[in-house]
Amino acid sequence: MTTSSPRSRVSLFWISLAVITALYLLFILAMLGATAAYTTPHHWLRALGSREIRYSVGLSLATCTATALLSLLLAVPVGYLLSRGRFRGKEALDAALDIPIVLPPMVVGLCLLILFQTPFGRAIERLVPFTYTVAGVVLAQFVIGAAFAVRTMHGTFDHLSSRPEDVAMTLGCSRGRAVWLVTIPAARRGMFAAASIAWARSLGEFGPILVFAGATRMKTEVLPTTVWLELSVGNLEAAVAVSLLMVALAMLVLVAVRLAGERV
Amino acid sequence: MIQLENICWRAGSFQLAGISLVVPARSYAVLMGRTGCGKTTLLEIICGLRRPEAGGVRIGDRDVTRDPPGERGIGYVPQDGALFPTMIVRDQIGFALRLRRRSATEIQQRVQELARQLGVDHLLDRLPHNLSGGERQRVALGRALAAKPSVLLLDEPLSALDEELRDDLAVLLKSIHRELQVTALHITHNGREAAQLADVLFRLDGGQVRESSLPAGSS
Repeated sequence: MTTSSPRSRVSLFWISLAVITALYLLFILAMLGATAAYTTPHHWLRALGSREIRYSVGLSLATCTATALLSLLLAVPVGYLLSRGRFRGKEALDAALDIPIVLPPMVVGLCLLILFQTPFGRAIERLVPFTYTVAGVVLAQFVIGAAFAVRTMHGTFDHLSSRPEDVAMTLGCSRGRAVWLVTIPAARRGMFAAASIAWARSLGEFGPILVFAGATRMKTEVLPTTVWLELSVGNLEAAVAVSLLMVALAMLVLVAVRLAGERV
Repeated sequence: MIQLENICWRAGSFQLAGISLVVPARSYAVLMGRTGCGKTTLLEIICGLRRPEAGGVRIGDRDVTRDPPGERGIGYVPQDGALFPTMIVRDQIGFALRLRRRSATEIQQRVQELARQLGVDHLLDRLPHNLSGGERQRVALGRALAAKPSVLLLDEPLSALDEELRDDLAVLLKSIHRELQVTALHITHNGREAAQLADVLFRLDGGQVRESSLPAGSS
C-alpha cells in the first residue's frame, strides 16, 4: 500500500509533535539536572550559611514582594482601561505599554540612570533617593515586572463579561463601585497570577539592577547579583547553590499560579 | 409608563433613527425583532447604559435621559442573567437594598419573600456556577425586583432555556407582573413567547419600531 490511512497519518502527526515536545522538555530538564548535579547539599548549606548570601535572599524576597504589590496597583487600573475603555489611540497605548518587555534589560537600567540625572529625576531623588539604593532595586524590578502584570490583567478583564457590572450600575452603583464590588472580586485569580508573574520576573532581574542600583554587597545585592559576584571571584559552587535556590523559588511560583488557575 | 421620543443612535454603519414608542403603565410589552436589529441597544438606552445621540427617555412622568442607570428606578434582567460571579444568591438578591443602606432585617425579609415567590429559597447559599439556567434567570429576576422598581426590562430572558423551563418561567413572569404591577418591556425573537406574555406587542424592523397586533391565542 502506497498511501497511509487517515488514522495512521494523524498518528504520525501527533507522534512528531510529541517527539518535538519531549526533546524540548528533555533539554530543559538536562540543563536543570546538570546544574543540580554540579553541587552537593554540603556546598548548598555552606553557601546559604554565608551572611552576604542570606542578606541577598532576604533583600530579593522583600523587593520582589514590594514590586509585585506595586505592579498590581498599577496593573489593575491600566489593565481595566485597556480592556474596557473605548478611545482613540488605544492600540498605540497598548503597544507603548509593551516597551519595557521588548527593551534589552541593560538599556532599561541605563534609561533609569539617565532619567535620574535630569532635573526632574534629581527633584525626585531629593525626596526619595533611588540611584544605588534599595528603592532603586525595586524601581528597576518594577519597570519590567509591572509591564508583565499589566498584560496579565488586560487578559483577565478581557475574559470577564462586563454584563454583571452593567447590571450593578442599573441597581444603583456608580461605574467605580460596580468595578469594586463585582469585577475586582471576580478578577482575584488573575490578580494573583499578575502579582506572581511580576514577582517571578523581578526575582530574575539583573541588568537594570546592576546598572541603576549597583552590586554593592550587603546593600543592593539581590540573588542574580550574588550569582554574578560569586562567578566573578571563581566561587562556582556558591553561584550554583544560589542559582538552584532561584530555580526552586521560580518553580514554587509556577506551581502556585497553576493551582490558582491563571485563566479566569 | 416607558416613553421613547425620537431616539437616534449610531455605531458604524448600524443606526436607529427616530425611534418612538410608548409602553403604557403596568402593561407587559414585548418588543420583537430579528437578531442584530438593535433590540438590546434600545433596552440599554432605556437602562442608561448607552447614551442616545438624540431623543429622550421618560419613565413615568420623569425625563431620565441624562440620569445615571441607578437613578432610573428600573430592574434589568439580561439574556444570560449576568449574575455576580463571586456572590451567593442571598447577596445577589439583597444587592440593591444593601446599596440603599436598608437594615439587615429588612434585607433579609425582602430576600426571603422574593426567594419564596421565585422558588429559589432553597438556593440562597449557592454560588452562580452551581445553578441551572432556569435558576439563574429566577435569581436575576429577584435581584432586579428587590428594590421595587417601577419598570422591569428583560433582554431575551428565556432564550437560553429548554422549552419546558421556558413555559414555566413565562408563567412565573406573568404572575409576578400581575402581582407587582410593574411596567415590563421584554425583548425576544420568539413568537410563542410573545403570544404567552404580551399585552402590547412592538416590532423593530429596519431601524423603526411599530406597534403590532397581538398573535392569536395570546394572553
